[in-house]
Amino acid sequence: MFGKKRVAVIGAGMTLFRRNLKETGKELAWEASKMALDQAGLEVKDIESVVMGTAPDAFDGVHMKGEYLADGAGAFRKPYSRVYVGGGTGVFTIDAGWWHIASGQFDTCLVVGEEKMSSCYPHPAYAFTTIFDPIYSRPLGVTLIWIFALEMHRYMHVHGIKKEDIALVSVKNKRNALDHPCAQLGANITVEDVLNSEIMCWPVQRLDISPTSDGAAALILASEDVAKKLTDNPVWIDGVGWCIDSTFWTNRDLYYPKYVQCAAQMAYKMAGIKNPPKEIDVAEVYDPFDYKELHHMEGLMLCRKGQAPILTRDGVTQRDGDLPINPSGGLLGVGNPIAAAGVMKCCEIFWQLRGEAGKRQIKSDPRTGLAQAWGDLMQYGSVVVMRS
Amino acid sequence: MSEKIKHFPGEQLRGRDIREGRVPAIKFRPNIKYAWSTGVAMNRFIEGLKQGKIAGSSCNKCGRIMVPPRSFCEECFKATDGYTYVKDTGTINTYSVSYVAGDASRIKEPILVAVIDLDGASKGMGILHLLGEIDDWKQISFGMRVKAVWKPPEERTGTITDIKYFAPIREE
Ligand SMILES: [Zn+2]
Repeated sequence: MFGKKRVAVIGAGMTLFRRNLKETGKELAWEASKMALDQAGLEVKDIESVVMGTAPDAFDGVHMKGEYLADGAGAFRKPYSRVYVGGGTGVFTIDAGWWHIASGQFDTCLVVGEEKMSSCYPHPAYAFTTIFDPIYSRPLGVTLIWIFALEMHRYMHVHGIKKEDIALVSVKNKRNALDHPCAQLGANITVEDVLNSEIMCWPVQRLDISPTSDGAAALILASEDVAKKLTDNPVWIDGVGWCIDSTFWTNRDLYYPKYVQCAAQMAYKMAGIKNPPKEIDVAEVYDPFDYKELHHMEGLMLCRKGQAPILTRDGVTQRDGDLPINPSGGLLGVGNPIAAAGVMKCCEIFWQLRGEAGKRQIKSDPRTGLAQAWGDLMQYGSVVVMRS
Repeated sequence: MSEKIKHFPGEQLRGRDIREGRVPAIKFRPNIKYAWSTGVAMNRFIEGLKQGKIAGSSCNKCGRIMVPPRSFCEECFKATDGYTYVKDTGTINTYSVSYVAGDASRIKEPILVAVIDLDGASKGMGILHLLGEIDDWKQISFGMRVKAVWKPPEERTGTITDIKYFAPIREE
């Protein structure tokens, strides 16, 4: 066992993911937190520590977002911190929650992810232009979609991958999302729909991308003693990992996310996983773009480099396949309120391992699941491995 | 979402209703500006650009010639050992073709974007820049050789845009 105490997930909750939700960020955080507490059979007074994950302040336009959201996360007069590692925030939030309890310092921790992107005009993408180096990048007018298109293209070039193989990810995830009651973009679409959608930044087209979303999601973590008193079927956090690469992203080969591999290796070592494709039964990998699901499957060593499109084409990553990827519908289908989307992925693994996922439930009785997120300047990976 | 949960919180509004004031909404536009000092290493880069040269820095321990230059080597975590100039020619490592501007609005003439591995720098030391003098973006290819097209000296201001773009090197 790593740490002083074994850590369990005992409750999860989330709001609808939508553009332009009426609720404030605080209200969204409250809804998700209350739902998770109810599911765990706890009240906020039972919570000893709180970790909030939320991404750029520029979306909400509140430059003290952790503090602003604290009340919605039940953090009033409690040990509280906000973590932020770009798109990697959601899964890193549960990693941070883990060490609160594993350290022996607390027996319970409420983990919350919130994002309200649609308050930002003319488009939240504009807020992202301020993440780049001000001296040698920004004067060029660089945008986030430029750099992801550069990464996607490099990945396609190195392995000779076709757009139609990548489009299959979008088709699968949007179809999976039809069974998720909180999903923003569940749909039955075809590969042709993706290939015919408007070009944003070649090779990225409209249907390759996840939407602008608002939403929140939350988890309740507890030490083994507390968890066993409250539930007969806790889900254990058996591995956590996180890693960052240099901000000089043009100085590395973008075809492979080595930093995701490092984060995965940390989590696998802790969980005693030697053969990830054999030992992982279900994975929620970060899919803000369809190619990212494939790129991350490779980084997570769920397959060899360049093989993820082949597994996808063969149906291996479908819900009834040998290695189901993003049964929730992922960011492409459920939506992408950044930090909340990463926490949503952890919620999905929790529900899948408990057998509570309803129409989305994987039938083969999954026992080991993984969630992963990715962010910053194509440089950050966060991973969690859970077991029932 | 768990099958045990039957209530899904959240109420969607229409973006137009928020923008046009048909539902209660508060608006705010910040007005702040920044002026950044360019730092120790990037001063060399900026000064080089004014002279039509691309500066890099070298590390004697790992042997790398790095672009953009830095005052410390992040691999070896030691001070770099000096500045050098690399060539303004290079090879396209990857490229993309943008039909959207920074605010996500559509643009007619696409912006051609590339990571260019510069000659004289260590392998894989690319920089982000634009491509130009290309009629049809379908003519761009991985591994294509390109050269910087500079603004005239009197128009250079010491920014990365002193290079207008990189253009294909036409074989003689
Ligand atoms: Zn060095």
